[in-house]
Amino acid sequence: MHKGCDNGRAFYSQYVSQQDIQEQEEDTMGTTGRTGATPPNLTQVRPYGDTLDDGQVQVSFTLPVPHGEEAKEAARQVASKMGLKKPRVYHSHDLGEGYSFFIVYGAFKKSIDFTSIKVAKVEAERMDFYEINDYIRQEIGRKVTILGACTGTDAHSVGIDAIMNMKGYAGEYGLERYPMLKAYNLGMQVLNEDLIAHAIEKNADALLVSQVVTQKDVHIKNLAELIDMLEAEGLRQKLVVVAGGPRISHKLALELGFDAGFGPGTTAPDVASFVVQEIKKRGLA
Amino acid sequence: MIQHHVAAFLVSCLLHNLSAHHRLQSYPHMWFLSLATEVKTRLTAFCLLAYFLFKDLIMASRLGLNSQFIDRARAAASDIAQNMDSFIRKRTTASMERTTLRLFGVDGADDEGVPYPNRFVDQLVEHKMLQEGASRSLLKAMIHTGADVQDVVEAVTAGEIDLSKLPEIDEATIHELGDRLAKEAADRIQMRVDERNSALASSEMRDGPLHYVIVATGNIYEDVVQAQVAARQGADIIAVIRTTGQSLLDYVPYGATTEGYGGTYATQENFRIMRQGLDEVGEELGRYIRLCNYCSGLCMPEIAAMGALERLDVMLNDALYGILFRDINPERTFIDQYFSRMINAYAGVIINTGEDNYLTTADAVEAAHTVLASQFINEQFALRSGLPAEQMGLGHAMEMNPSLEGGFLLELAQAELAREVFPDAPLKYMPPTKYMTGNIFKGHIQDALFNLIGGWTNQGIQLLGMMTEAMHTPHMGDRYLALENARYVMNNIRGLGDEISYKEGGVIQKRAQQVLEEGMELLERVREKGLFDELADGTFADVFRPREGGKGRSGVVERSVDYYNPMEHELRMRLNLGNA
Repeated sequence: MHKGCDNGRAFYSQYVSQQDIQEQEEDTMGTTGRTGATPPNLTQVRPYGDTLDDGQVQVSFTLPVPHGEEAKEAARQVASKMGLKKPRVYHSHDLGEGYSFFIVYGAFKKSIDFTSIKVAKVEAERMDFYEINDYIRQEIGRKVTILGACTGTDAHSVGIDAIMNMKGYAGEYGLERYPMLKAYNLGMQVLNEDLIAHAIEKNADALLVSQVVTQKDVHIKNLAELIDMLEAEGLRQKLVVVAGGPRISHKLALELGFDAGFGPGTTAPDVASFVVQEIKKRGLA
Repeated sequence: MIQHHVAAFLVSCLLHNLSAHHRLQSYPHMWFLSLATEVKTRLTAFCLLAYFLFKDLIMASRLGLNSQFIDRARAAASDIAQNMDSFIRKRTTASMERTTLRLFGVDGADDEGVPYPNRFVDQLVEHKMLQEGASRSLLKAMIHTGADVQDVVEAVTAGEIDLSKLPEIDEATIHELGDRLAKEAADRIQMRVDERNSALASSEMRDGPLHYVIVATGNIYEDVVQAQVAARQGADIIAVIRTTGQSLLDYVPYGATTEGYGGTYATQENFRIMRQGLDEVGEELGRYIRLCNYCSGLCMPEIAAMGALERLDVMLNDALYGILFRDINPERTFIDQYFSRMINAYAGVIINTGEDNYLTTADAVEAAHTVLASQFINEQFALRSGLPAEQMGLGHAMEMNPSLEGGFLLELAQAELAREVFPDAPLKYMPPTKYMTGNIFKGHIQDALFNLIGGWTNQGIQLLGMMTEAMHTPHMGDRYLALENARYVMNNIRGLGDEISYKEGGVIQKRAQQVLEEGMELLERVREKGLFDELADGTFADVFRPREGGKGRSGVVERSVDYYNPMEHELRMRLNLGNA
């Protein structure tokens, strides 16, 4: 269908509605004819495909409808209701049993104001392995005890292992390697009460709680329970309590009563930097 | 050197003169099969003669492995397993006894949802009678009351029969009934095996690693829909992931379940529902779809029994996994894996071992030899449960850091090594998980490279990687994309492995040789020190597991002199393992 420029023009006028054209004209005002890299308007930001403000995004999804022309139209309408203009179903596949898979592109023509965004972030300065150990020596003056655990029924220790284990992850040593830390990895499926018992026994300064399984928000319940129990025991103020996991954000962690939350891509120095500075800040040294 | 050239010449003669000669070097026996029908020229006849003369040379290792090292490693693993076997055979566990009851036909749960096998065994524990085995009390109660298995167990649960107050009954009568129940149970399993064999006989045969995907919705009915879709997209094996935490339950929940976390409860009813769903879609596709579940945790042998009764085809079943990754008591685990493997062996179930998990905690480059060592150990334990090589889905994984320069060569070496050391085992090859990031585009490529190695080295079971690994349980669309990826890569490279030989003294050969040597040394050290001590010292997966520690130890007892388990005896007889 799309054989050359001329045919392309025909194709274009055939499929693009009047409304689409109008919207495009409005939205590309700032970019047509530009000769250099126009800086984006940060109060009106849209996804970037290959031209500023084209709004291009890709989505893929499955619909519980039998494959066919109706299914493709359904996919187009789904994208349309997402707010995507000129959605194009580029790929569809019959999954059988009355299910179909789609890859769709479309243009997101609304915009967001980047200048008004405020995100809760861990404020601590990131230090490296040596700086952290030096910081502890100079500012705290004793070894810091950190317990790590993957709590509740969660059996996925990969996250807490990446932070705690001697060998570490992604080129960063784990906390067990830090000479100024006493780091204990309690492993997986640790009950909140056991974690607290260990915290008392080992006189911990900080608790790192990893949650990987988040189906049906089981992690929220579990994390909230830990804070409740720590408060009931009168321990909350004496400890730095940190949550981590692929679906943990700093904002979520704060909401649940934690001191910080770390998401994907976190390595040991991120966590340790925060913990030691928080200990200093709160006068827990 | 000259010998190698002779061998290479002979191989090339054969390659030029036979039309069917797949996997010639690694599967010489297949070469005979094709040869029998395809001897066409004198040159071929010459090759046949030459083959017998220089057989050893032709069969020489692709990886330049020292066969004496393989023998030494296997001998050490054999001693380790033998040593443990004498420990195992003097003991039983609560779960092993519950399993025996289940095989005799005990099913169901009481009003509080506690399964009857648990109720019965709990009462034995209470009266300190577990060391005699559950069979003795069950049989005595049956003979005494004239009731059948289920009625006796329900009466015990209701408090109508006190197991400590049963009258003495002569040994011959007990054994007569015990033998009958055990035979009937074994026959029931055999019926399931026959069903599978007949289904497989009319099933489309496909080349290459079996495509294994998981479903994990938490709702068994939803799982069936996802499984049927996956089958249509080319899946050969459907594994129903268990709900988080099930491995630590000391009972098996009862009935169909529709809620779980990160997976679906393994129950006998759920097994039956999924089996039926797969049979339906398999029949339509003309292809038998295998069902897999997880025979691990505190109920390891019970899950094996349920799987045997519901015709599951594949079971995760590792000798060390529960100890290392679920902190289950080592003694309990070794005893339970012995009995569960016998059941799996007799039921024709392929076991999948869990070595891949070591690499998610330890470094995949440094810990490669522990994977090999554990494969040897799993092999020897399996043999002691009567499980043949054809049912040993020994595990390994592609878990090295993808940014490692030349890492692909090391992964390839590991996969070829496993293939060469365990030529008849349907090796289970696990995809990247540790270094999957949420960048689905990169992840899809990591999975493609993984599929490349799986197809190239002819692994038995390819556990397909999902681009959304580390994000969520697979969406229906993820599974389709993963299956499409595997089908494309493996179909496209079909035969590649047979075309390739590895450079003598090159990176791949040297790496394989090094891993073999380290694995052998580790096994010889473990033999010296004993497996219990090595587990306590953190040799495997950087995890430390003392013998007395972990969950479920209270369920382990030493068998008394009058311990009786006709089920174990019957299975040992049918598996040619000799007397219990």
